[in-house]
Amino acid sequence: MNILSLFVLIPVLTIIGIVFTKDLKQSRIVSAVGMGLQLLMAGLLVYLYLAERGAGNTAAMLFKYDVVWFPTLNIHYSVGVDGISVAMIALTAIVVFAGIFASWMVDYLPREFFISLILLASGVFGFFISLDLFTMFLFYELAVIPMYLLIGIWGSGPKEYSAMKLTLMLMAGSALLLVGLLGIYFNSAAGGGQLSWDIQQIAKIHIPIEMQRFLFPFTFIGFGILGALFPFHTWSPDGHASAPTAVSMLHAGVLMKLGGYGAFRVAIYLLPEAAHEQAWIFLILTSISVVYGAFGAIWQKDLKYINAYSSVSHCGLVLFAVLMMNQTAMNGAVIQMISHGLMTALFFALIGMIYGRTHTRMINEMGGLMKVMPFLGVAWVIAGLASLGLPGFSGFVAEMTIFVGAFQHTDVFHRVITILAVSSIVITAVYILRVVGSLLFGPIKDDHFLKLGDANWYERLSTISLIVSIAAIGLAPLWLSNMIGQSLIPMVQKITGITVAGLF
Amino acid sequence: MTGVIPLHAFLVISTLMFFIGIYGFLTRRNLITMLMSIELILNSVNINFVAFNRYLYPQNLSGHFFSLIVIAVAAAEAAVAIAIIINIYRNFKSIDVDKVDVMRF
Amino acid sequence: MTDYAYTILIPLVPLAVFVFTGLTGHKMKPIVSGLIGTAGLSFAAILSYYTAITYFWTGHTAGTGYVSIKAFEVNWLHLTDLLTIKLGSLIDPISVMMLVVITTVSLMVHIYSLGYMKGERGFHRFFSFLSLFSFSMLGLVLATNIFQMYIFWELVGVSSFLLIGFYYEKPSAVAASKKAFIVTRFADLGFLIGILMLSFNTHTFDFQTLTSPTGPAIAQAGGAAFMGMSVLTWSMIFIFMGGAGKSAMFPLHIWLPDAMEGPTPVSALIHAATMVVAGVYLVARLFPVYALGAPDALTLVAWVGGISSLFAAVIACTQTDIKRVLAYSTMSQIGYMMLALGVSGYGGENGLGFMASNFHLFTHAMFKALLFLGAGAVIHAVHSNDMSGMGNLRKYLPITHITFLIACITIAGIPPLSGFFSKDEILVAAFHHNKVLFFIEYAVAGLTAFYMFRLYYSIFWGKQTHYHHTPHEAPYVMTIPLIVLAFGAIFAGFLPFHNLVTSDGIPFETTTEWSIAIPSVLIALLGIGIATFMYRRVTAVPDKVAGAISHLYKWSYHKFYIDEVYLFVTKKIIFNFISRPLAWFDRHVVDGTMNGIAGIIQVSSVSIKGLQSGRVQQYAFVFVTGTIALVLIFAYLW
Repeated sequence: MNILSLFVLIPVLTIIGIVFTKDLKQSRIVSAVGMGLQLLMAGLLVYLYLAERGAGNTAAMLFKYDVVWFPTLNIHYSVGVDGISVAMIALTAIVVFAGIFASWMVDYLPREFFISLILLASGVFGFFISLDLFTMFLFYELAVIPMYLLIGIWGSGPKEYSAMKLTLMLMAGSALLLVGLLGIYFNSAAGGGQLSWDIQQIAKIHIPIEMQRFLFPFTFIGFGILGALFPFHTWSPDGHASAPTAVSMLHAGVLMKLGGYGAFRVAIYLLPEAAHEQAWIFLILTSISVVYGAFGAIWQKDLKYINAYSSVSHCGLVLFAVLMMNQTAMNGAVIQMISHGLMTALFFALIGMIYGRTHTRMINEMGGLMKVMPFLGVAWVIAGLASLGLPGFSGFVAEMTIFVGAFQHTDVFHRVITILAVSSIVITAVYILRVVGSLLFGPIKDDHFLKLGDANWYERLSTISLIVSIAAIGLAPLWLSNMIGQSLIPMVQKITGITVAGLF
Repeated sequence: MTGVIPLHAFLVISTLMFFIGIYGFLTRRNLITMLMSIELILNSVNINFVAFNRYLYPQNLSGHFFSLIVIAVAAAEAAVAIAIIINIYRNFKSIDVDKVDVMRF
Repeated sequence: MTDYAYTILIPLVPLAVFVFTGLTGHKMKPIVSGLIGTAGLSFAAILSYYTAITYFWTGHTAGTGYVSIKAFEVNWLHLTDLLTIKLGSLIDPISVMMLVVITTVSLMVHIYSLGYMKGERGFHRFFSFLSLFSFSMLGLVLATNIFQMYIFWELVGVSSFLLIGFYYEKPSAVAASKKAFIVTRFADLGFLIGILMLSFNTHTFDFQTLTSPTGPAIAQAGGAAFMGMSVLTWSMIFIFMGGAGKSAMFPLHIWLPDAMEGPTPVSALIHAATMVVAGVYLVARLFPVYALGAPDALTLVAWVGGISSLFAAVIACTQTDIKRVLAYSTMSQIGYMMLALGVSGYGGENGLGFMASNFHLFTHAMFKALLFLGAGAVIHAVHSNDMSGMGNLRKYLPITHITFLIACITIAGIPPLSGFFSKDEILVAAFHHNKVLFFIEYAVAGLTAFYMFRLYYSIFWGKQTHYHHTPHEAPYVMTIPLIVLAFGAIFAGFLPFHNLVTSDGIPFETTTEWSIAIPSVLIALLGIGIATFMYRRVTAVPDKVAGAISHLYKWSYHKFYIDEVYLFVTKKIIFNFISRPLAWFDRHVVDGTMNGIAGIIQVSSVSIKGLQSGRVQQYAFVFVTGTIALVLIFAYLW
C-alpha cells in the first residue's frame, strides 16, 4: 500500500466509521481518532520525505504510485509528493485536526456534519497528492461540493444565500478551469502520440504559445477564484460569515490554498510563456487584492467579515508572489499559504469560540473580554500579532520572503508594485489592532459577559495545536523554507527557462 | 385478387384514427379519455404496420410482430396509466388533468 | 582576540525568562516571577559589563582602533543565493556601549518595579513583558545584519505596544498603545522599503559589508539617480524614516507623549532610555554609509533632529502632566543626538558629532531614566500625574527630591555633571558644521533648563498643597535605583568616550571649547533663573507671561495641533474617503456585479419558465405541430 493513498483512504474509512455511530459523542470520537491518525501520518510523511531526501533521492516526486483507471482517455490515478505538497498536506492535517475539536459541540445532525467535513478533507488531501490533472480536478470538485451542504445546513445568518453564492462562484471557476485543463490535455502530445493528463509529462513538452495565451487566463482565473482573486473574491466574505466554525477554518485555511497551489502547479508551471506575457495584468489584480482586502477589513464590524477580508488580502499576496515567478518569491508564496492557513484557521476557531459565548460577532458590542477569558484573549492577541507579521511567527517569514523575493525582480514595474504590496503591512496593523483593542481591551460592555467562562480542554487543544505550529514555523523557518525551495528548483527552471544556480 | 380492398383505404382509416386520437389527446381534460385517445393512436399505427406488411412485403412477418409488440406495450401502458389515474383520483378526487398541478410552478 | 560567542546569551537569558514566566507566571506568587525576571536581567547585566570591560580593554589594537567582531551567527532564513537572514551578535564599540546602557537601565527598572508595581494585577505579566522587551532590545543592538535589526525592531515595537497597553482596561491606554504601534509601524514600512532597496542594490544585509568604506553600499553613491538623488540616498532616507518613527522625531513623534499611559517604569525603560534611541542607534550603525555614501540623507537627519529638538522643547514648556513634559524632553534630547549624527563627518576628528551623539545617548539614558523613575516615585506618592495639583513635596520625599534635582541639573547642562560634557560636544560639532542648527541648539539648551526647572519647582516647591493622605517616601527598593542612576548621571560625563566610541574605531583627542561651553552654560543658567523666578513661589507671573504670548502659549499647549492633523487625516480622510467608499464599492459594485449576473439569470429564467407550463396537452400540441412542421419542411422545402 502506497503511503500517499492512505491519506485518501483514512478519511474514507473514518466516514464509514461515522456512519455506524449513533450520536454526537461517538461520531466526534471517531472523527477525532481518524483525523488524529491522519495528523500522525502527515508527521510521518514529513519525516519520511526528509529522510528520503537526506538519503540523496533527487527525484522530483517521491512515493510515486500510478495506476490507470480510465484507459480510453488515459486518466491515471497517479500520486506523488514533493516538498510543497508535503508541506500542504501537513497544513491540512493540522487544520482538519483543529477543526474537529473546534466543532466538538456541534448539536444539529452531528454525524452528517462530520461526514461532510471529512469528505471535504479527503478531497483536499487527494488534490495535494495528485499528479494527474484529471484526478486532481476530481478531488477539487470533491472538496467544493460538501461546502455547499456544510454552509447551507449548519451555517448561520443568510446561509442559503451564502452557500449558493459560494458554490456558484466556485463552480464558475471550475468551469473555466475545466476548459483550461481540457485545453492542456488536448495539447499534451506534441507531434502526435498519446495525450496525457500527467503534470510531469506535460511539463516536459512545449505547448504552442498561441494555445498558452488562450488557456492561461482560464486556468489562472479558474484557480484564482478559489484563491480570492480580485474581483472574484466576493464569495469569501459572505461564505465565511455564514459558515460554521470548522468550515470557515477549513475553507480559509485549506481550501483557498487549493487556488494558490493550483495556480502555480498547473497554470504557471504548464503554461510558462503565457504566464510571463500576462503576468502584469494579474499582478495588478493581485496587488489590488492585497491592499483592497486590507482596506476592506478596516471598515467591517463583524469579526468574520474582518477575517474574510484579511484572507482576501493574504491570499492575494500568495498569488502575487506566485506571479513574480522567481525562486524566492514562490518559496514565500508557499510559506504564506501555510502560514495564512494556520493563522486564519486559528482566527476562525477563536471567533467561533467567542461567538459561542457572547452570541455576537459585532466588535462594537464587545469589549474587555481579556479579563473574562484570558486564554482566548491571549490566543487572539497571538493570532493578531502573527497576522500582522510579527517576527517569531510564521507570517513574518512568509511576508519577508515574498517581499525580498519580489523586490529582487529585475524589472522596475515589479519592484514598484512590490512596494505597493508592502504598504499593506501598515493597513493590516490598523485593522488587527482595532479588533484587538475593541474586542479584548477596554471596559466590559455587557454585564453578562462577566459570567462567561474561558476555553474548555478541547478548545484549548484546537487553539494550542495551531499556535504551536505558527510559532514553530516562525522561530525556525529554515527547514521548511529549504524543503520547499528544493522542490521549487525544477519548477522555477522550467518557468524561467534558464538554469538557476542550485541553492544547496 | 380483384375486389381486394386497396391499400389506401387502410391508410385513410388509420390516418383518421390517428388524428382523432391526437385531437382527443389534445382537447380532452379527462385522463381516461386521454388514455383512450392514446389507444386510438397506437391502434392506427398497428393498422399501418399490418397493412404495409400485407401489401408490400407479404413474404415477411415483421409488421405483425411489431403490432403485437405495440399491443403488448399498450396493455402494459394502460395498466400503469390506470394505476396512476386511480392514485390521482384518490389524492385529488378528480381525474381532470388540469387539477393535477402541485408540481407546476 | 577574545572569543565573544557567549554574548548571544545576553539576549537569550531574558528570552528564557520571558517564556518561563509567561507560561507559568500565573501559577506562582507574583514576587517570585518578579525576582526571576530581575535575576535573569542581572545575569545579562553582568555579562554585558564583562563584555564591555573585556572589549574596551583588549579589543583595541594600535593601528586600526576598535574593530567590529562578529561573535556569533546562524542562518535563520535563506532567501536568495545572495541574501540570507542571519541571527547573531556583533561586537563593536556602539553595540557594547548599548549593552551597558540597556542592561543597566533595565536592571534598575526591574528592581524599581518590584516596589512600584507591588500589588498590581498582572504583576507577573508586567515582568514577563519587561523580559521580552529586554530580549528584543538586546537582540536589536547585537544585530549583525540589517534584517536581524528589523526583526528585533518589530519585536521592541510589540513589547512597547504590550507595555503601553498594560492597563488594558483603560481606554486611553489602549488607544495610546494602538497609536504607538501603528505610527511606528508606518515608519517601519519606510525602514522595510529602505532595506529592500538597499539589499537589491548591494546584495547583502550584513552590517560589516555595508559599512565597509570600500563595500558595495558606498560604491553605489554615484550610482543611478532618481529625482536628483542617488538610489542609495533614497534608501538611506527610507531607512531613516524607520529610525525617526521609533525615535519619535518630528513629524512621527505623536505616539510618544501618549505612550506615557504605560506604567512609569516602562516609560523610563522604553520611552526614555532604550527603545526610543533605537533610531539614533540605527543611524549610528549605518553611519559610514550615511557619511560617505549619502550625505544628503545625513543632512536630512540633522535638520529633522534640530527641528524636533526645538519643537519638543517649546511644547514641553507648557505641558502640565509630569510624564508628558518628560516625554517631550526625551524627544528634544533625541533630536540633539540625531542632530549630532547629522553634523558629523566620518573618521578621526571629523567624527566628533558621532562620538558626541553616542556620548549623549549614554548620559541621557542615565539622567532621563532617573527623571522618569523619580517622577514615578512622585506619582506613587500622590497618585496623580498632574503637576498643577502638586507642590512642596520636597519635605515628604527627600531622596526623590535630591536625585530629581541632580537629574535636572544634569539635563540643563551645568558642569561638571555628565549632561554638560555630552551636550558641549554636540554644540561644538554643530558649530563647525552649520551655524543655524548651532543657534537652534543654544535656544533649546535654554528652553530645556527652563522647562526642567519649571517641572522641578512645581513638584517640589511652590504652593502648599494638601493631600488626601500624607505622601511618603518610596520604599528602598525604589530609591536605591534612583541613587544608583544619580551616581551614573553625575559621573558618566568623565568617561573617555572619544577614546572608546568613535566613527571609525580610532580614538582621537577632544578638548572642551570654552568659547562655546561658557555661553551655553550661561544660557542654561538664565533658563534656570527664569524658572526660579516664575515657579519657586506661587506668583501671578506665569499667567501674565502666558497671557502676553497667548497665541504661542496656546499653540504650544495644544502641541501645535499635530495630533489633530493626524486625526483629521486618518479618521476623516482615510476612513471616510478610502475605507468607506471601498467598502461601498465592494458591496455594491464588485459584489453587485456578481449578484447582478445572478439576477440576470434569474430574470431570464423567470421569463422563459412559462414555456415549461407542466400542461401535458400543451406539450403534446407543441410536439405534434412541431412534427408536422418538420414533415412539411422536409417534404416540400428540401
